[in-house]
Amino acid sequence: MTGDEKHFDEMLRADNSVRDPYSDFCSWYDAQDSGRLRTKARDAENFFRRTDITFAVYGEEDAGERLIPFDIVPRIISGREWSRLSRGIEQRVRAINAFLHDIYHRQEILRAGRVPIELIAKNDAFLPQMIGMDPPGGIYTHIIGVDIVRTGPDQFYVLEDNARTPSGVSYMLENRETMLHMFPELFRKNRVREVSDYPRKLRRSLAASAPRACNGSPEIAVLTPGIHNSAYFEHSFLADQMGAELVEGHDLRVIDGRVAMRTTQGYRPLDVIYRRVDDDYLDPLTFRPDSSLGVPGIMDVYRAGGITIANAPGTGIADDKAIYSYMPEIIEFYTGEKAILENVPTWRCSEADSLAYVIEHLAELVVKEVHGSGGYGMLVGPAASRKEIAAFRAKLKARPANYIAQPTLALSTVPIMTRQGLAPRHVDLRPFVLVSPHGIDITPGGLTRVALKKGSLVVNSSQGGGTKDSWVLDE
Amino acid sequence: MLGKTAGGLFWMQRYLERSENIARLVDAGFRIALTRSAAAEDEWASVLITAGVRRAYAARYDKVDGSSVINFLLRDKANPSSVMSVIEGARNNARRVRTALTREVWEATNECWMTLKEALRGPISDNDLPDVLALIRQQSAQVRGAQSGTMMRNDIYFFAQLGAFVERADSTARILDVKYYVLLPSLSYVGSSLDNVQWETILRSVSAYRAFRWINPGETNPRNIARFMILDQVMPRSLAFCAGRMAGALEAIAREYGGSDGSLELACSLRRDLETANIDMIVDNGLHQFIQDFIKRTNVISAQIEQEFRFYR
Repeated sequence: MTGDEKHFDEMLRADNSVRDPYSDFCSWYDAQDSGRLRTKARDAENFFRRTDITFAVYGEEDAGERLIPFDIVPRIISGREWSRLSRGIEQRVRAINAFLHDIYHRQEILRAGRVPIELIAKNDAFLPQMIGMDPPGGIYTHIIGVDIVRTGPDQFYVLEDNARTPSGVSYMLENRETMLHMFPELFRKNRVREVSDYPRKLRRSLAASAPRACNGSPEIAVLTPGIHNSAYFEHSFLADQMGAELVEGHDLRVIDGRVAMRTTQGYRPLDVIYRRVDDDYLDPLTFRPDSSLGVPGIMDVYRAGGITIANAPGTGIADDKAIYSYMPEIIEFYTGEKAILENVPTWRCSEADSLAYVIEHLAELVVKEVHGSGGYGMLVGPAASRKEIAAFRAKLKARPANYIAQPTLALSTVPIMTRQGLAPRHVDLRPFVLVSPHGIDITPGGLTRVALKKGSLVVNSSQGGGTKDSWVLDE
Repeated sequence: MLGKTAGGLFWMQRYLERSENIARLVDAGFRIALTRSAAAEDEWASVLITAGVRRAYAARYDKVDGSSVINFLLRDKANPSSVMSVIEGARNNARRVRTALTREVWEATNECWMTLKEALRGPISDNDLPDVLALIRQQSAQVRGAQSGTMMRNDIYFFAQLGAFVERADSTARILDVKYYVLLPSLSYVGSSLDNVQWETILRSVSAYRAFRWINPGETNPRNIARFMILDQVMPRSLAFCAGRMAGALEAIAREYGGSDGSLELACSLRRDLETANIDMIVDNGLHQFIQDFIKRTNVISAQIEQEFRFYR
């Protein structure tokens, strides 16, 4: 295997020498029998299947449960690289919370003209119900999963700030467990920073944001849309690991100004809800009246300080793809510092000049829906056929404000194990960040997603992506 | 614990128990079909009645033949009580209540589902049937083993126990209900070969053929079998045993919760009645009536449990 010039490979330099973080791993790997490694990889898959670490794919013929492929070659980040990354993430998350507080209170950033007012006023992700409301502990985003890509030794870009209900942390944890189980010897050679205390920290972090109404030890629950949701495994996993109840909307009711869950011994009040249900479905009395996934009246209880909802409703305004392009300004406005992590240059198709440029250059650009997620509804110009580009151009012209465009980044690669040996594939990284009144905690590493198809840049699990264990070395 | 979770545990265990009971009925029916081909059709018909699926079967098939019945009972998704349907039901409920299960119990349940889905994928031939039945027994035994070895004896465990024993009580009672006439002295021809076969089937349907022989060496008569199936305190599928376990589980929950609201009382009264009954009285007052009454009382207890512990979804 050789690295190619176009893309930065995190393991091998162009001259085929091994980069430092991977040196122990590579010497171990070279000494392994490839047959044995393949058997181990199969074992890992069986383990995932037996444990039912699966996800459902929407809109497919056979919408059964599928495994996310797991690759046994770890993605390794040096301690030095990580400390810069985590400083950048912390800065960004701090700015996002300050932005959310501002946007739902005095809106200083709009008055200062740093973010255009129409972007907020006309945005569905902005919830008027949250204006003037102070979430318990002052925290808006208790859990954030920032998507980061790398293009060079010191070049990191933030691709998306997932400030609503980021998923994938269960894969981060299970991937590590699997690696520890399969290759304990690797962890004796490399000092890899621990991730397994994430659920404990999550619990502590949520408990620290308990509402005024809470007396004693906070009662915490994870709110899931149910067993048919694509991330149900993760919901039950996190509830289990935190020792919290896993509830659905119909288990909950508002009683005496509290949100209470129906137990075998009657209704018991809840203090903190880690909800994995979108804003729209949270409260049929406030948002979508047809929602059966939420709790009628929960927003009234929330406003009165009777419950903590994590993340707070309305955080979507901070990770909206149109807002994204203003993140450098937002960071500077609230922290007084330059952003440590770069933003990907973004054309807002709502602006006429940008739209004209994007239409001209579709074949080189990645175009995304402003409100889309999961890799659905996007165009990867360089990988698309002429027909696909033409079809997309029509969609773009019909609703330009619905799209943003970005250059195709030369995403870094990390090798995966194939039948022909190691082969480079593109990756991204989603570190998980916990925010509480006591501070910000970033789990070292995160979830590495890898595009398994050669040359592909789409890492989403719904589009044929896999995952890797992600190591941060303790140096 | 959430009411929904208690309900999920209850139904998970009912379904697991049912999968075993159905497999056992098929096993007993198959044995008769092999040894007494003349009686086979009647026997399969009564198996369908016992399993409570005669109508569902008739809606799909014109006549009762072994192969159709076996496949209908083991793998037909259109039959809500087929082994495959109930294993899927058990697994879905387990998935719903996964936070209440130990990792071992969840994995055993999930593996049971994966294994049986594979084994019951295509039609089962007579040659494969013994292996398939053994696999069903073995898989559900693994789930039970994981439960017994890893679960705390708290409300989680006892709601599952309630599911198991409500289902088992119902199953044994149905077997008796369909075959009660065989056990009536006035109608039985003691010693005739036909009756021996019938008795044997009843005992095999509850996996107690050998146990009965050990307890009653050389004394096979209908009254003894009825006593054994209804009143025996140590036979794990007798009505008395099931009633005892139901009451015991409800007592344990009442201890944990500091009280009870109706279901415990009903179950204790059922347990007491079975402890104090004797078989002569039961037969004299009407065996059929007695069994019908037992089924009714079990249903009332089950409904009371659902309501009292807020199972509703």
